[in-house]
Amino acid sequence: MELQWQLCSETNLALFFPKPITLEKQQKCWALSDSIQKMPEVIEVVIGMNTLSVFIVPLTWAELTTFKDKLSDLLNDIPSKTIHGKHVEIPVHYGGKYGPDLAAMANELKLSVEAVVELHTKATYTVYFIGFQPGFPYLGGLSESLYFPRHAIPRTQVPAGSVGIGGEQTGVYPFESPGGWQLLGQTDTALFDLTKSSPTLLNAGDTLTFKAIDIHQ
Amino acid sequence: MKILTASALASIQDSGRLGYRSMGVGRNGVMDSWALQAGNALMKNEANEPAIEIALGELTIQFEESVSFCLTGSLYEAYLDDKRVPCYWRINATAGQTLKLLRPLQGMYTYLCVHGGFDIEPVLQSVSTNLKAGFGGFEGRYLKADDSLTVKSESSLPVIGVARLAPTEVIRVIKSSEYDCFTESSKQAFETQPWKLQSSSNRMGYRLEGTAALEFSKPVEMSSHGVDIGMIQVPPQGQPIVLMADGQTTGGYPKIATVINADIGLMAQIRFGKACQFVVVSLEQALREQQKRQHYIDQIKEYANEN
Repeated sequence: MELQWQLCSETNLALFFPKPITLEKQQKCWALSDSIQKMPEVIEVVIGMNTLSVFIVPLTWAELTTFKDKLSDLLNDIPSKTIHGKHVEIPVHYGGKYGPDLAAMANELKLSVEAVVELHTKATYTVYFIGFQPGFPYLGGLSESLYFPRHAIPRTQVPAGSVGIGGEQTGVYPFESPGGWQLLGQTDTALFDLTKSSPTLLNAGDTLTFKAIDIHQ
Repeated sequence: MKILTASALASIQDSGRLGYRSMGVGRNGVMDSWALQAGNALMKNEANEPAIEIALGELTIQFEESVSFCLTGSLYEAYLDDKRVPCYWRINATAGQTLKLLRPLQGMYTYLCVHGGFDIEPVLQSVSTNLKAGFGGFEGRYLKADDSLTVKSESSLPVIGVARLAPTEVIRVIKSSEYDCFTESSKQAFETQPWKLQSSSNRMGYRLEGTAALEFSKPVEMSSHGVDIGMIQVPPQGQPIVLMADGQTTGGYPKIATVINADIGLMAQIRFGKACQFVVVSLEQALREQQKRQHYIDQIKEYANEN
């Protein structure tokens, strides 16, 4: 499938890499984002899961056509960018009131609660991008044995700091929000802090591990 | 000025917080940017000067200074002491006077703009309120009784009025990236059937309901990608959601279309329980309509600056 930019609004163009999701494609997104961000028409670039969205200032029809051509030229030879990010360890209270879905999920997966926690804490995750809400990391690297569908009916309130699994992804909710993920535990670590010069704890390219503080039944 | 009572959802908003989506921080900002720009033009302010956005209820304010203000956006029944305040007119208030906004007669969102603007520290380059994360605007939340806002300067301007954009239920859209993933009959239904605005709608998204749900011609599985105000997502159950000002930065649902920039403010003003109708236009037309809106703002600016 040939890659091409899709116009999603008068001021937004998106690029979707074909599935499956890989770190290599994400590294291309990171590299493309760097060069696109420098273009004068561009307000900001949003990296998604093997996707890129370019937000631009309002342009005329002719300017937009020229801009789209310039973006398309970038796809002829896409470089790759390796980010040597920092490593962050996130301490988590697993199970009990902290992770109300852990027991049922373990049961469904025919694993012990301890085994689920071990699989979740053993892996090193890569931050693919930050999105959805301030500081929310989209992580790659979840063990396939822990893939688990989202709740059919999302919770109206997921507490801030909740650590969960949704489909093939795991992550942490920085703020209270509605959400459909299976909740395994909770952390006290702040993922977004405006008093810091870099408000997000994590950035694209960082790596992360979860560490069990305790496991509640 | 001091807030005396607030049952309305009233928050400080400007045209939005841009440049921080890669931190997961969305744009927020006003729901009806044309109404904010019209108000600021009438007040001789910069286009992006913040205003109080008011919806769904009462708001009473006591002026502690002499200041020129206006109300734009939806038509609110409002009184300065006991005198009716017309919308889209400059009004001069003096210290001690009370402005009472009772209820919207037409539309959803009203903007209270003051000449010179409010003195509020920006957070991440914007004074818009991020209600979810609790920052920006006034302490990151809706205004409540006893809050005090500082007006940058005292003022009194000649009293003039300007025209507002006519409200409409016909909302123009352009096709989005997944338009062709829908069945032919769904594409047709999208434009022909009325879409009723659900009362669960809010600043994050406008949830619509139509008699025939939209159907995909083949299963579509999207990865999370950047989204913006005006984009119309279709979740698996087939009833569309228009993303609005507080929409999240990334989403994963297919998008059938996007409300054109010229009409997002008009979409925002549709009331719960009312229906809208979508019309697909070309990108060229969308860009022309955007210029027409800009022309409308420029005209207000010109008239306001002469007076």
